Amino acid sequence: MNFKNNNNPVLQGSGSPASGVRGCGEQQNKRQIILLCFILCILRSIAQTPDVPAPAPAQSEKTYLLNATIHIGNGKVLHNATIGFDNGKIVLLKENINFKTDQTGKMIDCTGKDIYPGIIATNTTLGIDEIEAARATNDYAEAGAYNSDARAIISYNTDSRVTPTLRSNGVLYAQVAPQGNWISGTSAVVQLDAWNWEDAAVKSEDGIFMGWPSMFKGIEANKEYDKQATELKDYFKDAKSYFEAGKHEKINLRFEAMRGLFDKSKNLYVSVSYVKEMLAVISFAEEAGVNLVLVGAKDAYLIADILAQKKIPVILNKCHDLPSYDDDDIQQPYKTPGVLQKAGVLYCISIGGFWQSRNLMFEAGTATIYGLTKEEALQAITSNAAKILKIDDHIGTLEKGKDASLIVSSGDVLDMKTSKIERAFINGRQIDLSNKQKALYEKFSKKYGIN
Amino acid sequence: MPHILRFPIITILSVFYASLFAQTETTFPTNGPDDYREHIHAFTNATIYKDYKTKIENATLVIKDGKVVDAGTNVTIPQGAIVHDMKGKFIYPSFIDIYSGYGLPDVKKAQRNDGPQMESNIKGAYGWNQAIHADYNAIKDFTADDKKADEWRKLGFGVVNTLMKDGIARGTGAVIMLGTEKENNLIIKAEASTGYSFDKGSSTQNYPQSLMGAIALLRQTYYDAQWYKNTKDKKEYNLSLEAWNANQSRPQIFDAGDWDNILRAQKVANEFGVQYIIKGNGKEYQRIDEIKNTKARIITSLNFPKAYDVEDPYKAIWIPLEEMKHWELAPANAAALANAGIDFAITPADLEKKEDFLPNLRKAVKYGLDSTIALKAVTLSPAEFLNVSDKTGSLEAGKLANFIITSKPLFDEKCDINENWILGKRYEIKAFTQKDIRGEYKLTLSNDSTYKLKVTGDEASPKANIIISDSLKPEVKLSYKDNEISFSFNPEKKKDSNKFLLSGTIDFNAKAWAGKGQLPTGEWINWNATQTKGPDADTSKPKKDSTAIDLNKLGKVFYPFTGYGNEELPEFENVIIKNGVVWTNELEGNLANTDVIIKNGKIAAVGKNLSCKDCNTIDATGKFVTSGIIDEHSHIAISRGVNEGAEASSAEVRIGDVIDNSDVNIYRQLSGGVTAAQLLHGSANPIGGQSGIIKLRWGYTPEKMKIDGADGFIKFALGENVKQSNWGDKWTVRYPQTRMGVEQTYYNYFTKAREYEKAWNKYNALKGKGTTPRKDIELDALVEILNSKRFITCHSYVQSEINMLMHVADTFGFKINTFTHILEGYKVADKLKAHGAYASTFADWWAYKYEVIDAIPYNTTILTKMNITTAVNSDDPEMARRLNQEAAKAIKYGNLTEGQAWEMCTLNPAKMLHLDSHMGSIKVGKDADIVVWTDNPLSIYASVEQTFVDGIRFYDIAQDAQKRDEIRKERARLVQKMLDDKKAGAPVQMPTQKKKKEYTCDDLEIQ
Repeated sequence: MNFKNNNNPVLQGSGSPASGVRGCGEQQNKRQIILLCFILCILRSIAQTPDVPAPAPAQSEKTYLLNATIHIGNGKVLHNATIGFDNGKIVLLKENINFKTDQTGKMIDCTGKDIYPGIIATNTTLGIDEIEAARATNDYAEAGAYNSDARAIISYNTDSRVTPTLRSNGVLYAQVAPQGNWISGTSAVVQLDAWNWEDAAVKSEDGIFMGWPSMFKGIEANKEYDKQATELKDYFKDAKSYFEAGKHEKINLRFEAMRGLFDKSKNLYVSVSYVKEMLAVISFAEEAGVNLVLVGAKDAYLIADILAQKKIPVILNKCHDLPSYDDDDIQQPYKTPGVLQKAGVLYCISIGGFWQSRNLMFEAGTATIYGLTKEEALQAITSNAAKILKIDDHIGTLEKGKDASLIVSSGDVLDMKTSKIERAFINGRQIDLSNKQKALYEKFSKKYGIN
Repeated sequence: MPHILRFPIITILSVFYASLFAQTETTFPTNGPDDYREHIHAFTNATIYKDYKTKIENATLVIKDGKVVDAGTNVTIPQGAIVHDMKGKFIYPSFIDIYSGYGLPDVKKAQRNDGPQMESNIKGAYGWNQAIHADYNAIKDFTADDKKADEWRKLGFGVVNTLMKDGIARGTGAVIMLGTEKENNLIIKAEASTGYSFDKGSSTQNYPQSLMGAIALLRQTYYDAQWYKNTKDKKEYNLSLEAWNANQSRPQIFDAGDWDNILRAQKVANEFGVQYIIKGNGKEYQRIDEIKNTKARIITSLNFPKAYDVEDPYKAIWIPLEEMKHWELAPANAAALANAGIDFAITPADLEKKEDFLPNLRKAVKYGLDSTIALKAVTLSPAEFLNVSDKTGSLEAGKLANFIITSKPLFDEKCDINENWILGKRYEIKAFTQKDIRGEYKLTLSNDSTYKLKVTGDEASPKANIIISDSLKPEVKLSYKDNEISFSFNPEKKKDSNKFLLSGTIDFNAKAWAGKGQLPTGEWINWNATQTKGPDADTSKPKKDSTAIDLNKLGKVFYPFTGYGNEELPEFENVIIKNGVVWTNELEGNLANTDVIIKNGKIAAVGKNLSCKDCNTIDATGKFVTSGIIDEHSHIAISRGVNEGAEASSAEVRIGDVIDNSDVNIYRQLSGGVTAAQLLHGSANPIGGQSGIIKLRWGYTPEKMKIDGADGFIKFALGENVKQSNWGDKWTVRYPQTRMGVEQTYYNYFTKAREYEKAWNKYNALKGKGTTPRKDIELDALVEILNSKRFITCHSYVQSEINMLMHVADTFGFKINTFTHILEGYKVADKLKAHGAYASTFADWWAYKYEVIDAIPYNTTILTKMNITTAVNSDDPEMARRLNQEAAKAIKYGNLTEGQAWEMCTLNPAKMLHLDSHMGSIKVGKDADIVVWTDNPLSIYASVEQTFVDGIRFYDIAQDAQKRDEIRKERARLVQKMLDDKKAGAPVQMPTQKKKKEYTCDDLEIQ
């Protein structure tokens, strides 16, 4: 080990699990650790941990994470490598580094640890839904059929109790998407450690989410299907005509919000599952001249070559899912990412919902048994997602010049048996990984005297 | 030769007061002089089926006064009989529809309220449940309807059993003739049968809302009716139960439907010592051995599905293989019943179009049904089933003169039913074919011209030509009826103008025609034609029937009848699993390089370097071997509803009654290493229903999936679901609506159960001398709980109510066996420990409703550390196949050991279900429920290679690939066959998505 002890250790790991997991700790002597733990315990017992910890301040000091296995997020892995970041950006990335003794900055030894880009949860209602069955907390579906102008970022609650439970599993970014037919609204991309929605916004106006009529109502054919599809197409024709006409004396807010679709600055995300419907959506998007992203796309494996050829990205919803039909391959949903990967489709994996996304890495992990390499699985929840959301110029991989948003795990992040997130940084800020659930765990462990 | 006598069809009005029925005495006054007629008819020279199996050639049938006088070859024709020469014709007993609703008003489906309806809305001294129509009497509602009757008559039916197809108990049906007489004279038997089903029909009352509820209601009504009958001093008079008891002596027709419902109906029959005649739906072949084992008489229908339009492969994928296969095999169903030796009747009920009946019956014969049995199934069998075979069903002397006359043997595709005689009265269906006039004629006109006229073609509809030369054969337009004939032709050209128009009569004896006609000029002439040569002999070889079915080429029946089913049920295997890492869940812990031998369904040996001569070998080098995963909380494999939530308690319902063995999730979960599951009632009410505890024996019958000798369990539930918090604003009526009320519900029910038990104890002590208490199967289940003979699995979330239920149990002196979900278990872990309850929970679910906001992924950790036996469960058909991953989350969140985590999905649920004596670990003598994994089973990178249940290999990764291949091929074969069918002009239906319902706790189907 070439690392020389930093004489001025900065107290780390206020968010490290209290369950006894060692943080990838600074080199300190044992006595110091015991003392520190003792102080922490005292502090904990006095001060009630808030359900949502305070967001971390901006990075103030250059930081180096040393001697780790670094998963870049583009398929490459660096061994015994060091990543350094300053002012929120990655400034150094190198294997087998040998620092000089006068190296300034915070040094954190990460020997034996794995470092990954922050995970990106796409297609979520995080922060706009707090408790599924409590209507007062459902803030994702506006009244009416065409709500392109409704912006998810406005509903986004930075103080959601759910968000910290995603962060502590390594999810650092989320796409927050309105729901409901037909045009649900404008999605946002947020970082998960913020005081308010302005702080949170990575992209306050990301794209338009919409649903597509289903060919079926339950098991009956949807007799309205053609009519509904035509209505949607006509609506888009009107919107495009509005866009092409330029300025208007009388403003249509809904159409204004759709301009980005036609100048291709925004994606059109369409939730659709079955082949016939996907094909219909593809034709629709081609006719409307918009950048289409298929969301859900359960049966995408059947048209993977078409998707690759037409360069249509896919946000898969759930690998941990049952197949569409009884006769399908019983593991099809586990296999679909592999099929898309092989066909060269740009895809990422999502779960949908909000609290569920803390298991995103395990959905990707499952796909590794059925056709993905581990690094490909990682890409499916990091860089691929960033590419689809068009934030890959600064997020999604660990490369010099990009945002220092990363997680440090004491084991393989894709496997629940080993995945233990010890630290996380968003733009170089080391965020607090505590959450309401850990606090309850500690509270009751203390009651029972267990550890 | 006498001409066939014809008389006009008598209209209903002309016979209104002049009955044809054999009685000379009637209560009805006559308007004018009596018009009583004897109606003696003799049908001679016919081929007569005196009954389904007795065919008599060249026979005579004599009827008089609506009854058969005699049928046979040595029959005296009475004086004055009207004689009908039936040479070449066939006479059969007319058919009997045992399952018709003829002449009854339509069942009106009342609009259901959005909110709850706790009580029956039928006013009067009837029973409590609106689906029990035991008191209904079809004969009181019956009115003859000639138009409807004609629909049946056309098909050859003369008699129907008409009954109301509505409700769980359906009252009585009547056996009625399809004649046009006054109703009074059409009744063969008034209260002839009674009916049941599992479908509550038009009832708007909430209970029952599930199949298991319908079964429980049937059971309880049987007990109530017995109690009612045997109790002298009772407070209530109950029209429904009075009628129910009266109906017990009648033939009992149970409309079951699918084969598994036939087995369910038979199970009820066995419990109450009754015999049902069970109506299926044409899918009996899917489980023919079990149907035979019921020993019940069966009514089947001929509802053959249309082929699907499968031109678009993306639409074809919507159709499950079972639908495709059923399309192919449905016509072979009746043959399967016959071949199995099952006594069955065939009804046209269920047919979309009634006129498909005969073609479908013939199709069934083509698909292997013996035609004699086919005839029996529509004549004598239904008569016997209905106890009216002394009156109808065959043509023996003294029976009703109900018969049909056909042009050819009945099962010949070209056979027409010409006449249908009911009660000795003729109904013409299709006129008899005219006499044969084919041959060559010399046609002479009075203007001295002669022509050669040739009549050829089909006997029934011949065509004619004037033969001028080999190349010039102008067509003759010819029509004739009886002995009147007319025809026209243009001898010069083929075109239609300048025609000769001729009309005249036929002298069949002289084979000559004569009459008058007009030339194109308008001039009248005489003409005659004499036959010079008879019809050409039919020299064409009999055509091979291009539509003949090669029965060997039909697809095979799968068990279960779905994709991934097996042609042959897998059996025990003797296997040595070599050199794996064996996780024993026993004191030995994890054993490297170890062999496991399974024999006769049990674990025979565990050790190093074992050998087994008669064993198949699985090389598990680098692999992991464990006992099977047990899902403590599952809702897969359940038919028609997981919740019977209409009332606060539904302790009487049993999931074990409604296991659906064809749910593909059984197979899917085998692929995740699951070998057993507790199938739970939902969580709609504080006291739910009884569990079904099964092993995932894929393909075996529902009864054989159940674990023999397993303790009885019952689902309880607390919180938002039972107080209907998320059901909508109209659901605020049913008690309880608060956690306060939930507690009182329990006190109320257990207090009642105590009192009930006391009453029975008292009665039993008197050795039957006192008044028998009413048997209540709901309270029976609660008494079992009180006596620790039935065990509770309670859906629970927040600590206050978990605490409460333990207090309730303590008060009544029993233990809560398991709290399931129990997301706030960690808050009351000390109390759980003190009480001795088990905990079965989700690894990390939360935030889906208000009562789970304090759920934490450390729950399993705290519970385990508090020495509470803890499990992870699924409540989800998908997650169930990854319970290994869910268990592993305890390592991530709470640093539990691998052993602790693994036991949470294997040994611990076995303990909770009281199955650990023979399941849950790898130990010699225990059940061979064994899983071979590719990797550490708690790792996300692990997948299952083999799953054995009781030593039977139900999942194997190689076999799975093979099955996928077979599914693809079988689907492709059937798609091609359907395309052929479509090309041949058969009607097709558009594909729709056919998916089974997948259940969780919260699913409530308001039926």
